[in-house]
Amino acid sequence: MPILRYALYRFGTMLLTLWVVSILVFAIINLPPGDYLSNQIAELRASGQSAGVAKAEFLRGEYALDKPLWQQYFIWVGFLPGPHGFSGLLQGNFGWSFEFDSPVAEIVGDSLWLTVLVNLAAVVFVYVVALPLGVLAAARARSWVDYTSAFVGYLGLATPNFLLALILFYYGHRWFDLPIGGLMDPTFEGLPMSWEKVKSILIHLIVPTFVIGTSGASAMMQRLRANMLDELGKPYVETAVAKGMSPTRMLAKYPLRVAFNPFVADIGNLLPAMISGSVLVSVVLGLQTIGPTLLTALKTQDMFLSGFVLMFVALLTLIGTMISDVLLVLLDPRIRYEGRKA
Amino acid sequence: MVPLLSVRNLTIGFGKGDPVVRDVNFDVAEGETLALVGESGSGKTVSCRAVLRVLPKVAQIRSGSITFRDGANTTDLVTLPERAMRNLRGNQISMIFQEPMRSLSPLHRIGNQVVEVLWLHGRKSETSAKKEVLACFDRVGFPDPERTYSSYPFELSGGMRQRAMIAMAMVAKPKLLIADEPTTALDVTTQAQVLGLMKELQRDTGMAMILVTHDLGVVANMAEQVVVMHKGRVMESGAAEPLLSAPAHAYTRALMKAAPQIPANATPKPIEPATDLILEMNNVSKTYSMRAGKGWKAPSLIYACRGIDLHLPRGKTLAIVGESGSGKTTAARIALGAEPPDQGGQVLFRATKGADPIEVHQMDRTARTAFQREAQMVFQDPYSSLSPRMRIFDTMVEPLEIHRIGSRAEQRDKAAEMLQMVGLERDMLQRYPHAFSGGQRQRLSIARALMLDPSLLVCDEPTSALDVSVQEQILRLLEKIRDQKQLSYLFISHDLAVVARIADEVAVMRRGLVVEQASPETLFYNPQHPYTKALIAAQPEPDIHRPIDLDLVAQGAGSPEKWPERFRFAGYEAPPLVPLEPGHKVRCHV
Repeated sequence: MPILRYALYRFGTMLLTLWVVSILVFAIINLPPGDYLSNQIAELRASGQSAGVAKAEFLRGEYALDKPLWQQYFIWVGFLPGPHGFSGLLQGNFGWSFEFDSPVAEIVGDSLWLTVLVNLAAVVFVYVVALPLGVLAAARARSWVDYTSAFVGYLGLATPNFLLALILFYYGHRWFDLPIGGLMDPTFEGLPMSWEKVKSILIHLIVPTFVIGTSGASAMMQRLRANMLDELGKPYVETAVAKGMSPTRMLAKYPLRVAFNPFVADIGNLLPAMISGSVLVSVVLGLQTIGPTLLTALKTQDMFLSGFVLMFVALLTLIGTMISDVLLVLLDPRIRYEGRKA
Repeated sequence: MVPLLSVRNLTIGFGKGDPVVRDVNFDVAEGETLALVGESGSGKTVSCRAVLRVLPKVAQIRSGSITFRDGANTTDLVTLPERAMRNLRGNQISMIFQEPMRSLSPLHRIGNQVVEVLWLHGRKSETSAKKEVLACFDRVGFPDPERTYSSYPFELSGGMRQRAMIAMAMVAKPKLLIADEPTTALDVTTQAQVLGLMKELQRDTGMAMILVTHDLGVVANMAEQVVVMHKGRVMESGAAEPLLSAPAHAYTRALMKAAPQIPANATPKPIEPATDLILEMNNVSKTYSMRAGKGWKAPSLIYACRGIDLHLPRGKTLAIVGESGSGKTTAARIALGAEPPDQGGQVLFRATKGADPIEVHQMDRTARTAFQREAQMVFQDPYSSLSPRMRIFDTMVEPLEIHRIGSRAEQRDKAAEMLQMVGLERDMLQRYPHAFSGGQRQRLSIARALMLDPSLLVCDEPTSALDVSVQEQILRLLEKIRDQKQLSYLFISHDLAVVARIADEVAVMRRGLVVEQASPETLFYNPQHPYTKALIAAQPEPDIHRPIDLDLVAQGAGSPEKWPERFRFAGYEAPPLVPLEPGHKVRCHV
């Protein structure tokens, strides 16, 4: 099975990339001078609270922040033993958040999968909206369908997300009785999963999905339209017509199939753009995703927390690109048989 | 007898503009081939597409009728509802397009694209449909139909793709086949084979055919009836034989005259050994290595050129002829120093008689600059070799600017002078390339190459993208300039007829090797090598009494391992190139 082999190979390169990313992330979170604790110690010293200083010094040793940077890196990832043996990302220990004074895993907890959920919903929304509209706009190019969808699309692209969010919340609440803010009814927070809870989450998802997905969907739609229009001018489309195919069937089988490539290839780009783009939206909408946490962590130089969040986003991105690469190989024989031609 | 298809007073226009096809009439009888002949813009393609109503969106049929007879019923295809039209397309009337490379979807298997025709017209169960397609593949000459069935288009060569297109058009056994320039994009030998196949299929099935072409040679080989079109009107029509042997209309006569021909009889002319060589290529080889798919395998090597020795005397024209992939363009690129030859190859250039040669195969920066002033190139595609965003003036003076020659005013004068030399006007300098026709663009391309007053011009298929009458003009221009400015040409072409008129010596290449080399007269009158013979035989002549000899073509154009003993290659082992007589070299065992 060549495709399986390719998937494995692609998985291998993904791990390699992830490793390089971890170095970059670590370098970046250590770029600002000092660390959370040394800043705190300086602050405590200035205000003469020596008890706090002792605790902070203790924590510095505890988290190996007194070691050279390269050792800190290896300990953080889990390649080298720290003060408590091997205990890094690889071993499932995500570190300690100084800002919130609790383990990173605990803070991040629920918001990890909520992030995945919100963004997946947005990606699905992008594709479900962009695919039919893009095809329709191309098939009826330079008609009112095309112009209307382009107009609405550009509106979607141009409206700031937070503004769209506020508008949607206001009218959503007024007309459809949609809840405002959050990703579930507060009564369900911390409760185990139940049917009611799922329902509450789904209802809360509507507005965020729409807000996060709109600009992506309109961009994607325009791209698909342009690709389709390119393909529609190709001779093989004419061949298909000359065979006696109906326009709909022809459209779906030939040009769409070719125009689909960039569509699929975009999965990889879509995920990170959405996650970073949704930070602001999450703050505005009060979503319990990872976005607001990342923002706080970066602001306060809470290095383990921000490092973990960045790594998580990178992982999602890499998984996205891997999926799109494997899908492309499945979709396009020219890529699949690249070596066979010679 | 009532004809199968009859087109009456057909007028077609684009948008609100003047009609591009006016009042066209023609009939196609059952089992007969009608050729629509004309140059680009003559409306021949639009007319034939109107039959199937596969026209561009802006085109409308303004008046006229297209009557198609199916048994006792007749239908007017102009007014037929779209749904009924769909049943006809691919089923009763099918079509083959010009570019086999792009007329098949790259993402679907060939079998799927062909069998689809049968599914669409709801005639067959899945298994019997496949069986029928396989039989059809076998019929059009695929050695392994099963394999072809599951191949993708990019795995096949151009000729094979056109065969797949033919299979697709034939599989539903239509009554009428419309072929729009079916062989224009193919090599001559492949063209001959594809034409032969179409003729054979027609004989077997008794279908009628409309063949759209610009090549009177193809017409003479294929058609019973001919319609000559020019600027949307029919100039002349009638049975092929009288029309071709005694054309009545002046336009047809002009077309006939412009079509380059291999002279039927010529006296062999030996080449006198030259002492003043402008370009010398000694033992030039070029090997490319393809990146292997797998890291542990050695990369596969492609021998584009192998041990080429070519000598171009000053003021003469040396032509390299061969099919695509024969290495002719690589040889030209090496001659221009665009690519270095493999170790051991030598390319020497002498700007004037007795001058110290420039070693083109190992030039440093200053030598290269000096060489560029002496050797220039004219490219194949006049549409993509001029920047659409630069005014003609800027394109023309760019070489002068690069080499820092002359003041602005002098540059302007030079550009104007060159434009006049190629037959264009001075005031065209401020225009952009899109304002010019294909022929004019090729003139511009030549003018640009002349800006530095070079002594050597490498022409890479300079006329293959042009209409015959324009091709004629460009060739005449090239000859005029050569004699006026004492230029030497290295002329690359796949068209023996073009080469026949312009070259002083011809080298025929196959698989990176020169297989025969002689003066054109010798080559055409006394060809020795089977491949040369195939090339000559494959050239369609606008003479109905000289049909293509397919056996000769098949033998010479086939794989070099199957050539007669004397000429046969064994893998990469080839016979030596030996002089049979003075100035006539053939690759064979003596």
